[in-house]
Amino acid sequence: MDTVMLAKALAIGIGSIGPALSIGYIGAKAMEAIGRNPEAAGKILVPMLLAAAFAEAVAIYALVIAFSIK
Amino acid sequence: MSLPIAGAAEAEALSANTEIVTENTLFSEQIFKINNFPITNSLLNTWLVVLAVIIFSLFLKTKIKLVPRGLQNAVEAAIEMLSGIFDSVTGSREKTLKYFPFVLSFFVFILLNNWLGLLPGIGSVGQVAAEHGEKVFIPFFRGGTADLNTTLALATIGVVFSHIFSVTALGFWKYINKFINIKAILEIPKKVLREPTILVVNPVKVFVGLIEIVGEFAKVASLSFRLFGNIFAGEVLLAAMSAILAVGLPIPFMFLEIIIGLVQAFIFAVLILAYLTMNTAEEHE
Repeated sequence: MDTVMLAKALAIGIGSIGPALSIGYIGAKAMEAIGRNPEAAGKILVPMLLAAAFAEAVAIYALVIAFSIK
Repeated sequence: MSLPIAGAAEAEALSANTEIVTENTLFSEQIFKINNFPITNSLLNTWLVVLAVIIFSLFLKTKIKLVPRGLQNAVEAAIEMLSGIFDSVTGSREKTLKYFPFVLSFFVFILLNNWLGLLPGIGSVGQVAAEHGEKVFIPFFRGGTADLNTTLALATIGVVFSHIFSVTALGFWKYINKFINIKAILEIPKKVLREPTILVVNPVKVFVGLIEIVGEFAKVASLSFRLFGNIFAGEVLLAAMSAILAVGLPIPFMFLEIIIGLVQAFIFAVLILAYLTMNTAEEHE
């Protein structure tokens, strides 16, 4: 029982490090781009959201795995 | 945590000392059966959404005027904004108009499903059933996209249709060469005398085409898991927050879930559109 809880915690804990860093990086770069060229804010938003979704998906996979460990 | 409202009395009548188990399951639960075809609580929710969309469309259809006012105005503004965003994905207005109805149906269906799962009563009204000697609470409704079957079906429809559109746009010969590169093999004896490097380059091209086939399955998997994971994780998050403190604490997370529902529906639609554009684009030589 204890090892199951540990496995769940490790799955989501380790699995979310990468996506967390990447989403922060995506946001930082988008803001940098908007800072350089404020008129492009509308054009940047959609690709940024897409990239964030791709990065976030990895965390979600980890979450699904964490839920399905029995 | 979901509260057993209906059926709580009959559960008490069964036995007072065993507790009712309420947990968020990964899969949707069966409510009733029609000729061995199980009707799950997620399926009921998707039917509700379909009904709502049909009623709304029929209602709006009777009120369409040349000069839009009120509701029609709002819908037209939303559609115009979306088609502007879709233009930036497809690159041309012509293509956007061609695929717009298909992609918009995905968007609306997923958006309403995501939001319907957040309404009070969904996931909290249900019945108590006996399972493995325990009393388990089964809600009558569950968010449609919080079931992997729904999202898998949506992703499969989207990707399969992107292939059908690809065949109609490019023709079967060009389409099949994207995956099983017969053209590259046939080119080898023709050009081998002029450029000997083709002996190395074209087998690599064939191999890349085969990898593309795996990529198509990966598309389905990532689309369905992304949507399912986000919505299901949202439900679990809300349940966990309600368990900590039911008054006030879930409200900010509710807002978060509303935004996530919108963003995920949008991302699903845009990705389907991106796959459509990628598959219908002419290959560069």
